[in-house]
Amino acid sequence: MSSFTKFLNSSIGKKLMMAVTGSFLLIFLIIHLIGNITLFFGAEAFNGYVGALDVVKPLIRVVEVVLLAAFVLHIFNGLKLWIENKRARGVNYKVNGSPENSALYSRTMFLSGSIIFIFLVSHLGTFFWRFNVYDPMGLANIHQYFDIVVYFFGIWWYVILYVIAMVLLGFHLNHGFQSAFQTFGWNHKKYFPLIQKIGAIYAVFMAIGFASMPIYFFFFYGGNQ
Amino acid sequence: MEAKKLNLTLKIWRQKNSNSAGSFIDYKVQVSPDASFLEMLDELNNSLELKGEEAVHFESDCREGICGTCGLVINGRPHGPLAKIATCQLHMRNFKDGDTLWVEPFRAKAFSVIKDLMVDRSGFDKILQAGGYISVNTGGVPDANAIPIPKEISSLAMDAAACIGCGACVAACKNASAMLFVSAKVSQYALLPQGQPERYQRVEKMVKVMDELGFGSCTNTYACEAECPKGISVTNIARLNRDFIMAKIKNKEVEV
Ligand code: HEM
Repeated sequence: MSSFTKFLNSSIGKKLMMAVTGSFLLIFLIIHLIGNITLFFGAEAFNGYVGALDVVKPLIRVVEVVLLAAFVLHIFNGLKLWIENKRARGVNYKVNGSPENSALYSRTMFLSGSIIFIFLVSHLGTFFWRFNVYDPMGLANIHQYFDIVVYFFGIWWYVILYVIAMVLLGFHLNHGFQSAFQTFGWNHKKYFPLIQKIGAIYAVFMAIGFASMPIYFFFFYGGNQ
Repeated sequence: MEAKKLNLTLKIWRQKNSNSAGSFIDYKVQVSPDASFLEMLDELNNSLELKGEEAVHFESDCREGICGTCGLVINGRPHGPLAKIATCQLHMRNFKDGDTLWVEPFRAKAFSVIKDLMVDRSGFDKILQAGGYISVNTGGVPDANAIPIPKEISSLAMDAAACIGCGACVAACKNASAMLFVSAKVSQYALLPQGQPERYQRVEKMVKVMDELGFGSCTNTYACEAECPKGISVTNIARLNRDFIMAKIKNKEVEV
C-alpha cells in the first residue's frame, strides 16, 4: 500500500476524508441556498437564474462531477466508519448513559445522514432529472423550471419528506460544522465555542432556508389548490 | 451517630471467563452512605464468601483516584454519575434509598472481559510500547530545568500527562475509540522539547497500533472528556489530528 492510501485507511485518515468532503458540501449548500432564493421572486427570476446557469454549463458540469465525488466518498466512508465503529463496541451496554455525556446530534450522524441520503435520491430523481435530462411534462424544454417546482411543492407527501429531511439536515450540520474543525485539528479553548455557535447558526439558517421553500409554495403560493 | 443505611438492588454483570457468556445477577445490599462504591462491593464479596459463593471480580489499587486501575460502568456511566472522579472516589451518599444500580464492565472489542467486571486493558500498554516514550540512550542525568519551557506549555503538558490510563474514554465512546487516551499520551511529549526528536514517528506508530487493536474512530461526540476522571480535554485530540497530518508531510522529508 502506498503511504497515501495507508493514510486514508487509518482511522484519522478516514475522518479527514469525512471532514474534507463534508466541508465541501457545507460550502455547496450555501451557494445552493442563495441560488434557490430566487424562487421567492417569482417565475421570471427563477427561470432566469436556471437559464444563467445554462450559459456556463461546462463549468457547472465540472462542479457537478466534484460534487458527486464528494457525496459518494462522504456516504461510502460514513457507512464504513459506522459499521467499523459498531463493531468496535462489541457487546452493547444494558443501560445507555450517553444522553448524559454527549449531544444527540453527535450520536445520530448516521441516522440524519441516511435520511438526507433518501432525500437526495428523491431530490435528484425529481428536480435534477427533470431540469437536466427528461421532463415528461415538457416544461423544462420551454424553460418553465419554476412550474416544475410549483408542481412538486404542491404534493403534500413530497413537502413533508422535504421538511423532515431539512430538519435532520440541520441536525447533521449542527454537529458536522464544528466536528470538521476538530477533525482538521483546529480546536482552541478560546475560539472553539465561537465555532460551535457559528455552526449552530449555519445549521438553523440552512434548515429554515431550504424548508421555507416547500412550505411557502404549499401554503401560500396555492400549490395545494 | 451512624447514618441511616441505604437499601439498594445491584444488578451486576457476572461472566466466568472471556469465552463464556455473561449475565446480570441481582444482589440486595444494605450499605452506609459513607461507604465508597468499592467498599460496598467489598462488603458484598465478604457476604458472598461467607455463603461459599464466588466473589464478584473487579479491579482496584490505590483507591484514591490516581492509579487508573478501577473502572466500572454504573447505570451506563463510566466511573458513575459524577464528573471527574474515578469509581473508587464515588460514595454511596450520591445514591438514594431503594435505587437499582446496573454495574457493567467497560465494553469494547479491544477490552475483552477477563472475569465479571475485570477487563483486559493491555491494548493501552501496546499503544505506549509503540511510541509512548522518549529515547534517551546515552549521557548522564540532565539537570532539571536545563531546557527552558514556558510555564503555560509545561502546564498544558502536565494536563495531558494527568491521564491515568483507566480506559473510561473508550468505555464512554459510542465507537469505543481510544483517541482521548492516545492524544493525551502524544500531547504530553509533543508539547515539550524532550518529545520533539521522535514527535512525528511517535504519532504514526501509536495510531497504527491503536487501529490494529480494533478501537473505533473518533466521531467528536466528546463523551470521553465528559466521563474522564481527570478531565482530559478533547483539544488533545485536535492536537493528535494535527500531528498526524503533519507527520505525513514531515516524515516524507526524512524518508529516502
Ligand atoms: C449536504 C449534505 C451533507 C453535508 C453538508 C454533510 C456534512 C458533514 C460534515 C461537515 C461532517 C463532519 C465531518 C467530521 O466529523 O469531521 C459530516 C459527518 C458525517 N456525515 Fe455528512 N454531510 C452531508 C450528507 C451526508 C449523507 C448523505 C450521509 C449519508 C450516510 C452522511 C453521513 C455522515 C456521517 C455518518 C458522518 C459522521 C462521520 C464520523 O464522524 O465518523 N452525510 N457530514
